[in-house]
Amino acid sequence: MSGTWMTTRAWLLMLPLLVVMVAVIGWPLVDTVNLSFTDAKLVGTGGNYVGFDNYTNMLSSSNFSRTLITTTLFAVISVAAEMVIGVLAALLLNQQFHGRAVLRALMILPWALPTVVNATLWRLIYNPEYGALNAALTQLHLIDAYRSWLGEPGTALAALIVADCWKNFPLVALIALAALQAVPRDITAASLVDGAGAFNRFRFVILPYLAGPLMVALVLRTIEAFKVFDIIWVMTRGGPANSTRTLSILVYQEAFSFQRAGSGASLALIVTLLVTVLAVAYAALVRKTAGSAA
Amino acid sequence: MERRSTTFTVFIYASALLLAAIILAPIAWLFIMSISPAADLAAKPLRWWPQTADFSRYQTLLSTAENSAGAAFTSSLRNSLEIAGMATLAALALAIPAGWAVSRTPAIGWSLSMVIATYMLPPVALAVPLYMGLSHVGLLNNVFGLALVYLTILAPFTTWLMKSGFDSIPREIEAAAMIDGAGLFQTLRIITLPLAAPVMATSALFAVLLAWDEFFYALLFTSDQRAKTLTVAIADLAGGRVSDYGLIATAGVLAALPPVLIGLVMQRALISGLTSGGVKG
Repeated sequence: MSGTWMTTRAWLLMLPLLVVMVAVIGWPLVDTVNLSFTDAKLVGTGGNYVGFDNYTNMLSSSNFSRTLITTTLFAVISVAAEMVIGVLAALLLNQQFHGRAVLRALMILPWALPTVVNATLWRLIYNPEYGALNAALTQLHLIDAYRSWLGEPGTALAALIVADCWKNFPLVALIALAALQAVPRDITAASLVDGAGAFNRFRFVILPYLAGPLMVALVLRTIEAFKVFDIIWVMTRGGPANSTRTLSILVYQEAFSFQRAGSGASLALIVTLLVTVLAVAYAALVRKTAGSAA
Repeated sequence: MERRSTTFTVFIYASALLLAAIILAPIAWLFIMSISPAADLAAKPLRWWPQTADFSRYQTLLSTAENSAGAAFTSSLRNSLEIAGMATLAALALAIPAGWAVSRTPAIGWSLSMVIATYMLPPVALAVPLYMGLSHVGLLNNVFGLALVYLTILAPFTTWLMKSGFDSIPREIEAAAMIDGAGLFQTLRIITLPLAAPVMATSALFAVLLAWDEFFYALLFTSDQRAKTLTVAIADLAGGRVSDYGLIATAGVLAALPPVLIGLVMQRALISGLTSGGVKG
């Protein structure tokens, strides 16, 4: 069979997917770009061409810079915590003890719990009047009076990060565990014979095996965290006083609450660009890590 | 195996207990809230264990009486099932031929890379035109419309999984069948697809989980019982003026049940699916 026919046939089999992807992703993306140069409203006829006005207005607004900082804080802290706790959990699950299989099975629970259910659950836990956190901390005499964890700008973002970490660290743990189980036993044994301490053993013997998979988990989690919408919308809607408003929430408000489709589109593209830059930078890093680990 | 000191063993078991508590406590509390009488949940100090188990909220939510809280909940449950089912079938129908084509013809691999790269796009970058487009063709607040939009998430992911699945089926098996005189589609039907059945099942489960979990598009594109999904219904409950927190918890338990059962039963397949991307790097 000739190579050209093989390739043509492959393209034919790809075609349905490509057509659908162009219809539901390609065309909307191009349209978002077009919209971003207009003052179009969400409903009604198309707006007028305004050049880069939406972009300059958005980039110079204090809303944007504040939201960017909030998003970065959320992404960096929650992903860092998820990686550290996830690796610690994986190191534990890589030990031998009774009940290990059960504990490993439990790890799938937070991951499987729908994001909205997780957000609702933590919203109930943080409830200012009847929440379990207030009840527990009061009964342990750690706080004197009930607090509104999601209602105070000082604690809302931290409360969200805890809820996000709880749901996502098990995934990091499972990925890290799979990588740990690929470390050959005789290598760790040899390092023991050579008298390596626990920390050095982790740093020089085990970590190289973890680096590749963890980098991939880091990339995926960071992109996800940067795009975060669901958990924040359900728990705080970006409040109080916009202290938990992330970029996706800001786009939602701009395009759908205020119906400014044009300016919402420009903001959405700025977010897309930021995520792309992150992803490209990370991809380079992953390649480097993979290269040095091999 | 290396020998361990007693201190180390105690440390391991203490850590394992701590980890189990961290994972289980919030989930257990969700269930306890769902069966605690309302008075227990409002009590100060809070009553951690209900005096009597009260399962009436499950009955309330699953009843289909007109205009009840149950009617809204059951209709959203049905919408979620329909949308997840349709979107999953459509995604697989696109992903199986595409995944096989890319697996066997690396020359067109770049097209799949482009499809997968769309994963980086934040949904907000597509939301406004999708909203306008759906509104234009009358598919806003419609289960078909939402299922179509879900292909933006499901199709790239399932294609990538199917491609990795086909990669692990040696093409020599296909070549052997063809030498024996089988045509391409016969070969695929008799040899390749049966071998790929486990990957198809895993892909389908992932797709169902993704669709079941989706919230952003559902929030934007649905407005009432005709198309509202479970995630939107729960967010409504959580953000609304429901005075009985136990009812919100019950809705959460019911919505979590299908994916959690899938997760527990399919553990092995899901974990290998989740980690294959990670381990291959």
